[in-house]
Amino acid sequence: MSTASTTPARSRDRSLLGTIIHQPYIWAVVALVLLLVINLVKDPGYLGVAVNPTTGNLSGNLIDLLRASAPVMMIAVGMTLVIATRGIDLSVGSVMAVSGAVSMEFMSNAGDGSVGTALAAAGLALAISAGLGAINGVLVSIVGLQPFITTLITMLAGRGLAKVITAGQNTSATNEPFRWIANGTVLGFPVVFVIAGVIVAIVAVFIRRSALGLMIESIGINPKAARMAGIRPIGILISVYVVSGILAGVAGIFSVASVMTVEVSKTGLAAEMDAILAVVIGGTSLAGGKFSLTGSVIGALLIATLDKTIVFLSIPSEATPAFKAAVIVVICLLQSQRVRALFARRRAKAAPTDPGAGSPRPTAPRKESVPA
Amino acid sequence: MALTDAIVEMEDISIEFPGVKALQHVDFRLFPGEIHTLMGENGAGKSTLIKALTGVYKIDGGSIAVAGEPRMFTGTADAQSAGISTVYQEVNLCDNLTVGENVMLGHEIRGAFGINWRKTNEAAREALVGLGLGHLDPKQPLSSISLALQQLVAISRAMVAKSKVLILDEPTSSLDANEVEGLFGVMRRLRDQGVAILFVSHFLDQVYAISDRMTVLRNGEFVGEYLTADLDRTQLISKMIGKDFGTLAALGSNRGRVAAPDATPFYSATDLGRKGSIDPVDIEVHAGEVVGLAGLLGSGRTELGRLIYGADRPDTGEVRIGGVSAEVHSPIAGLSKKIAFSTENRRDEGIIGDLTVRENLILAVQAERGWARPLSRREQKELCDKYLVELNVRPADPERPIKNLSGGNQQKVLLGRWLATNPELIVLDEPTRGIDIGAKAEIQEAIAALAESGMSVVFISSELEEVVRLSERIVVLKDHRKIGELVNGPDVTAETIVDLIATEGSAA
Amino acid sequence: MSALIERPTSGPSDPSDPSGPAGGPHRTLLSRLSRLKPNLETLPTLAAVVIFIAMIVYGEVAYGRIVQFNTISNLFINNAYLIILAVGLTFVILTGGVDLSVGAVIAISSLVGVMLANAGWNPIVVVVLMILIGSAFGVASGVLVQYFNVQPFIATLAMMFLARGLASMLSTTPERLGDDSPLRSLSTEITVINGTKINDLVVTPNVLIAVLVVAVAAFVLHRTRLGRTVYAIGGSESSALLMGLPVVRTKLTVYVISGTLAGLAAVVYTSKLGIAQNITGVGWELDAIAAVIIGGTLLTGGAGFVLGSVVGVLVLGLMNVLITRDGSIPPEATTIITGGILLVFVLLQRLVVSRKRKT
Repeated sequence: MSTASTTPARSRDRSLLGTIIHQPYIWAVVALVLLLVINLVKDPGYLGVAVNPTTGNLSGNLIDLLRASAPVMMIAVGMTLVIATRGIDLSVGSVMAVSGAVSMEFMSNAGDGSVGTALAAAGLALAISAGLGAINGVLVSIVGLQPFITTLITMLAGRGLAKVITAGQNTSATNEPFRWIANGTVLGFPVVFVIAGVIVAIVAVFIRRSALGLMIESIGINPKAARMAGIRPIGILISVYVVSGILAGVAGIFSVASVMTVEVSKTGLAAEMDAILAVVIGGTSLAGGKFSLTGSVIGALLIATLDKTIVFLSIPSEATPAFKAAVIVVICLLQSQRVRALFARRRAKAAPTDPGAGSPRPTAPRKESVPA
Repeated sequence: MALTDAIVEMEDISIEFPGVKALQHVDFRLFPGEIHTLMGENGAGKSTLIKALTGVYKIDGGSIAVAGEPRMFTGTADAQSAGISTVYQEVNLCDNLTVGENVMLGHEIRGAFGINWRKTNEAAREALVGLGLGHLDPKQPLSSISLALQQLVAISRAMVAKSKVLILDEPTSSLDANEVEGLFGVMRRLRDQGVAILFVSHFLDQVYAISDRMTVLRNGEFVGEYLTADLDRTQLISKMIGKDFGTLAALGSNRGRVAAPDATPFYSATDLGRKGSIDPVDIEVHAGEVVGLAGLLGSGRTELGRLIYGADRPDTGEVRIGGVSAEVHSPIAGLSKKIAFSTENRRDEGIIGDLTVRENLILAVQAERGWARPLSRREQKELCDKYLVELNVRPADPERPIKNLSGGNQQKVLLGRWLATNPELIVLDEPTRGIDIGAKAEIQEAIAALAESGMSVVFISSELEEVVRLSERIVVLKDHRKIGELVNGPDVTAETIVDLIATEGSAA
Repeated sequence: MSALIERPTSGPSDPSDPSGPAGGPHRTLLSRLSRLKPNLETLPTLAAVVIFIAMIVYGEVAYGRIVQFNTISNLFINNAYLIILAVGLTFVILTGGVDLSVGAVIAISSLVGVMLANAGWNPIVVVVLMILIGSAFGVASGVLVQYFNVQPFIATLAMMFLARGLASMLSTTPERLGDDSPLRSLSTEITVINGTKINDLVVTPNVLIAVLVVAVAAFVLHRTRLGRTVYAIGGSESSALLMGLPVVRTKLTVYVISGTLAGLAAVVYTSKLGIAQNITGVGWELDAIAAVIIGGTLLTGGAGFVLGSVVGVLVLGLMNVLITRDGSIPPEATTIITGGILLVFVLLQRLVVSRKRKT
């Protein structure tokens, strides 16, 4: 599986230089393989995939892994776009809870278990998620609030909204078609993973085949220059927050569908951390600019694997945040100028002609314009 | 001349940035009790020299001595502790604090109960009174006083730190005449107390009013050190601007070429202005015409260019494009009216560093088309092939990140970005600044060719020679207003413009 | 000037003033305002005071029994930990940073504290350790922010998860502090005024600790060079650097202060509740940030007062009281209201800042 997902990624990089630039994301693949190896050492049969002879369904740890990675993949993709514009969306976890609460409450009230109800529930949940994303987008782009505080507020209010929707209850519902989203299979693969894959593909094609990707990156790298080149940032900013909201809504549906219960205090809790983590693991800088959706997808797979591995190694699952925090600290350190300068110096010593060995003048502030 | 010893002595200073020689073998001396002006156009190396002195930049060659001892500072704070204080154009104070707090930050007087505010404010008042600012209340918020007074507060702060050397980097740029007079009073008072003052300004009148001596830099090179009394304005300007020989002399001249004056100009504006950046100006540009905007740094030449494109929103004026009234209030509006603007600030407002040459090149065309109608790979390739060859971009690799190109080649890519939009009017702000002489000639040729093909060009440059060579009409600006318009001809030279600026100045 | 010193004592324990804490901060802020001339920066704090008074008046009219000793005592007793947290965050936010880790730091600090106390450790050693755990997380955040240029919210988000994860490794079930633990003495109720029926003015050592923290913080911010540097950095970090102020050291210090106070808040909270759990303090960082912002500290730094943050805590605390009294607002909606208030105040700040730029 891991090789299957790296091949297209690698082939996109045309040169050796490109590979070096994407180093963090290569490391994510290495880490992913490493985690699988750890599991394999603990249980040599870990990677086995069995085919159920009657249903044709695939089963095994890898399949569970794909299933578990789907929600993270959704929020990670949305977060990637937001971070690329120099923003952040801390509200994704709460939006997941709202989406779960809306769909569960709707189906619990409708109570007929039909496909139509399931679709209506999902549609309503996604519409409300999009609305929350739009609020973020408007506050950031038009009002000009900092993304961090804006989405912190929606995170706070969103969690409350979820609780209000279910009146504080962990609402359950029965609706087989809805449940199928999480537990069903298509051609043997889990439906969630298939849906997630399709959505990622649609977003990727939409972003990369239109000029949105270029514009998002331009805004993230140099907002002033992007404006001077005629790019209008408001629409694009609102769009990325709306997309992030919708995808968080999808993730919320995924995570409530398997148990058909929304736990208003727990659904999507700390999901923003997973999403941010997946994005930085995937090689997108928190400072914005160039982004890699493929990298974020790999990051999401890595996080799902990390979660599973921790449980597999009999460490209490509540402790996973500590491991994730450690990973994020390491990545932030690797991205920092100070550590890079250190590496650059090492590399420069080893190969004095290396062209990418950082600024020769680290004492000069980066923002100083170079006089000519 | 020196009975006293120089307090600052910089010899043979060289600084190199990747691909740019920012300073080459520059000498500079500063004596106690003098006001010494550093003169030079944009990019001459004035700020770099100051930053070399204060240790913000590391020097690659030469030596710095302060009070006779070799010194190498690690930054502004370090220099300050050695008695060298700097006051910048954009005042570096905290406007969330009071006047007194700003004067005394880091030097507050402390007692048994922490900072004794009464004594601290008294000390601040003393420092202010020392500069003739007795009317300022140390307890009032810094934000409640004018920028000019803030600058004086910054100087008071330097005096509290007992500075022997005071560097004033373009302190007068945003001050009116009375405020400048106030500042000069303070400067004279400090000079008489024996403080050595290094003054940077591009306002000639002010330089002549205040300075005892001046050092002129040009393109990072030392031109000379003169007593103010020995050098008249015209001489000074020609020393600052210099003359380009060699390659450029071979270039054809537009001089004498007059565009067919068709009935309606492509672009015309009446009373185009924006508060605080440029007073209302009338300007028109015909198809196939190059209109030069001439003036020194800070004259409003850039500001006018930005208003034409819509980079800044004008507050006054009526714009007609092709005779039809139009509103150009944003860059995208400018683009859709077939106006393009190449900025002087290539790094902050021009290139998108991490993107490739190809992506940078197509950006404006793409922005105009909107996100939903992406240029196909083939269209992108055609644009790249066309402009990379036409403008001779090296290396002609469209997939290289633009930040890895030299300044001149980045500029060519940006020019390509705007030409790709097929503009009918292009505003070029310092397109030849900070690039090597070969690239400069290529860009000049390209501009002449554009006008030949019928495009209107507004050309802004600090090199008057260049403006005269390329333009058919020249709008002369000074102190944020238009002071004249010249139709180019055999009798118009850089000196004509210099005279206009110099004489107009003494009248004001 | 002297108001700075007097201010804390004229707060909750002033028995002669019938309007108690409501009148206290209000008056001092007003006198401050009159000394500073009308200043846009004090507007948000003033707004918070006005809102607080309006809430008191509304509560008294609509539900009664608001302006009386036991309600006010409880407001302080129940929110002592939040006051301490808000003070710490005031320092961080004044520099333009933020600390999201404080809630999780409380979880690990209180868990460690309860477990060690139950294991028979000396209570003083336990308390010191609890505080030092907070300091350690503060140091880690500060180093990440200052030396490795990590955005404050990312650095402290990482610390939040680290603290939460480590706490979960220690225990995932509620740990009960022994009934005879000396730690509990910090929440002993001391009756200051014995009112009619149960209407007593009561303080606990915890409240006194919180008051002391506020007093010391106000002193540090207004009467030490450290404090002035904090404001200067928030006003303009580059200016502060160019003025030669110790920017690096100060920024590191504010995160250490915030972490240390989170440790102290853990002591106060644990002694009051007697229970520690790995999920203790979820979302408290948001309450503390909200309190600081509502209290008038600019999110971008450089302006605000510790006492404003105390008002912010009281606004949030009183809001909870009113919601409980009202009964018709579902308690689940509390966070929506908090979020709404926070948004209003952030917008107000935005307005103030853009006004200021224009003038």
